[in-house]
Amino acid sequence: MRGLKYRIRFEKREKISTLRVLLVTLLCVALALVFCGIIIAATGFEPLKVYREMFLKSFLSQKGFQKMLTASLPLIFCSLGVALAFRMNLNNIGAEGQYAIGVIAGGAFVFYGPHIEGFPGILLLALCCFLGGALWASIAAIPKALWNVNESITTLLMNYIALEILTYLCLGPWKMSGQNVAQTERIPEGLDLPELHVFGFDISVGIIIGIIAAVIIYIVYKHTTGGYELNVISHSTKSAEYAGMNIKRNVILVLAVSGGLAGLGGFAQYSGVTHRIMEGMPNGVGYTAIVVAYLSRLNPLVVVIVSLLFVGLQNSTVYVQIMGVSVRIASMMQGAIMLFVIAGEFFQRYRIIVTGKEVAAE
Amino acid sequence: MGEPVLEMRGIVKSFGSKLANDHIDLSIMPGEIHALLGENGAGKSTLMNVLLGIYKPNSGDIYYKGKLVNIRSPRHAVDLGIGMVHQHFHLIPTLTAAENIFLYSSSCPVFLDRKKMEEKIAECSSEFHLDIDPSAKIWQMSVGEQQRVEIIKLLYRGADILILDEPSAILTAREAADMFKILRKMADSGKSVVVISHKINEVMQFADRITVLRSGRVEDTMVAADATVERLTKAIVGNRTLVQQKNTGSSAGEELVLELKNISAKNDRNVEILKNISFKIHRGEIFGIAGVAGNGQRELCEVVAGLRKSESGSVILGGEDISSLNAKQRIDKKIAFIPEDRRSMGLVMEMNMDDNRILKEYRTEKFSRRGFIRHKAVSEQVDAEIRQHDIKIVGKDTPVSFMSGGNQQKLIVAREIGGDPAVIIAAYPSRGLDMGAAETVRDILLDQCRKGVAVLLVSEELDELFQMSDRIGVLCSGEMLAVMDRDKADYETLGRLMSGERLEV
Repeated sequence: MRGLKYRIRFEKREKISTLRVLLVTLLCVALALVFCGIIIAATGFEPLKVYREMFLKSFLSQKGFQKMLTASLPLIFCSLGVALAFRMNLNNIGAEGQYAIGVIAGGAFVFYGPHIEGFPGILLLALCCFLGGALWASIAAIPKALWNVNESITTLLMNYIALEILTYLCLGPWKMSGQNVAQTERIPEGLDLPELHVFGFDISVGIIIGIIAAVIIYIVYKHTTGGYELNVISHSTKSAEYAGMNIKRNVILVLAVSGGLAGLGGFAQYSGVTHRIMEGMPNGVGYTAIVVAYLSRLNPLVVVIVSLLFVGLQNSTVYVQIMGVSVRIASMMQGAIMLFVIAGEFFQRYRIIVTGKEVAAE
Repeated sequence: MGEPVLEMRGIVKSFGSKLANDHIDLSIMPGEIHALLGENGAGKSTLMNVLLGIYKPNSGDIYYKGKLVNIRSPRHAVDLGIGMVHQHFHLIPTLTAAENIFLYSSSCPVFLDRKKMEEKIAECSSEFHLDIDPSAKIWQMSVGEQQRVEIIKLLYRGADILILDEPSAILTAREAADMFKILRKMADSGKSVVVISHKINEVMQFADRITVLRSGRVEDTMVAADATVERLTKAIVGNRTLVQQKNTGSSAGEELVLELKNISAKNDRNVEILKNISFKIHRGEIFGIAGVAGNGQRELCEVVAGLRKSESGSVILGGEDISSLNAKQRIDKKIAFIPEDRRSMGLVMEMNMDDNRILKEYRTEKFSRRGFIRHKAVSEQVDAEIRQHDIKIVGKDTPVSFMSGGNQQKLIVAREIGGDPAVIIAAYPSRGLDMGAAETVRDILLDQCRKGVAVLLVSEELDELFQMSDRIGVLCSGEMLAVMDRDKADYETLGRLMSGERLEV
């Protein structure tokens, strides 16, 4: 008797094409949707109907699209910041806190700074928010660079401190007088981030700044000597030292800019959406940013797109609630998509080879 | 003396066309310390790997306690009673000594009774005076203690034959003396100890029998009492005729380029590894450093390249003291460095050729302008160098990890000479390369030397040193034992110096 014995082997790919990344990712998202569909069906709804409703209302309707654009503002900046740090193998888990401190620094400018409005005022406000976030991140970055203190832990713990400070200010010295709500007065209208009206949409200038920031980060990485240094350091600190690069300076710089971007996320929300500071304002965006950064494979251009899609998905639950579907469905879908996409990464990097070998059976 | 506990008969092991072990016979008696001596590449490690079941021999038999055995794996070997202490310890730093030992034992229980565990180990270690604290964590231990834990691990597992790979290389002289006392106690109790070594003196002191391997064959085997330094050296290096000198010496000039004055430096474990090193290299001269790896070569190169701070002394380049300059400033001063860690230091394995090419020169006008990298200029330069040095590429966008070792090294060498260096530090430039690539790399270095570059060549291969160097210095235990003109040096003298013998002056 003779039989066939199959062997499965995994072989590392020399090159990973963009097309393959795209196809595998789409396939994984599709699988995640199938998975979620089974669960939706189990709860007594028709998955296709639910999906259609979600998709039409949140991505294809004017109202839904508008909502997605507005709500994605802080997430884009925070995700850009987190992705920047992750690329240097710096685990910045602190976008949430850097966002909060960014808003606080902005608030300090509005309440105590000179009364400048219009373009220069907005610019100064943005700068203050950026510096606030950058400074907060630096508190974790400097010990990391000098004594290799684990930045995942410091940035995470500093989130709680930052949020407590924010709460204190909203309930205490900065509290809006006369009302029992933990929020501040509205900023002067001259400090509002302007909106452009295109094709019937109100597009906040914040989105455009976000896209410009993403493009700048992309160019810095691809085409500048500074970006080259970051690339080398992220792959091999030994080679970087050998090439005479200043690793400590780059670690501090990248974490600070990463925090600054999260601070800009605070700025976009403050000046562009809420126009006032509120308790718990970051609202988990700093953590969602981590997921977005991962799913985007740390590519700044992809970050913008994934941020929009993610916010759209979050918004879509509101629409299906009317059908009786649980709001939790969005969390489940987010989780499922993330798991499937991350698991799918394996198939982008490795090629699967099945070889058949003829063996004599005993 | 009785029956040998272990006999290896006619072991043949080849890698491709290279015979690493050529009909080796080796017998180990119970209760003896047997030293295995030989140069790098003589076949010692291959033979031990065959014994441990890591390699399968092409032919030959192993008899253990009188029976023919077929050793399938290191695990099988240690089950039989043959264990090895590697140069790099296999211990888990965050666990205690006792935990490490138990983890390795064949009867590791699911629930650990720490107290009982530590008592058992104390019993085992006191028998041979292997002082350790079983409850101490590995990372808190000195290297000497860690080595003792490795030995106890094997004893506890029931090993009758212990193989130690260069056990004294990482120890201080005192620690080494203690260790050999322990090995002697174990031998006295009937166990057999095999020690792989480079050091002639050490071997003559503590071994009972010595076997010398050369080019995959047993060159000589003797009782230690019959051994003399002359006999051993001759067996190790053989009656070699000097290789054809490639460097005619005509390029060496008078002008002093690099000078080290009384350099002392510490290694990563904060132990002084370079002791008062001084030498000079002139324009167009190749200064060779001979010695067994691990005697300070790495640190010496790093001190010159600015990657390691010296404790004292100065580095002088063209009359200017550059001791305080960092790595970047020394690159700017035209010091090129071909490091021994090709894969972790010399290249960024995940990056492609272009990105690796500009590792040292990305800031220069040639490859960047106003902070923007000139990708096209880089690409053209790399294309030209690929043709010039006949570098085989996999694809220009492919990470260099997919290139062969020889081509990786050619890329590094091309990069390092690309910056018009004044000094090239070349650490083991041809190690692990095939003949063709090794020749190319040597030719490039000689060519640079003819252009007036001062070259510091570190190598373990005496042939290479003789071929290339104008002068040769011998580094042993961090000391420069001698510096001699190439014409006045011979294999025997160098071999003796490398194993730590001082020449009587």
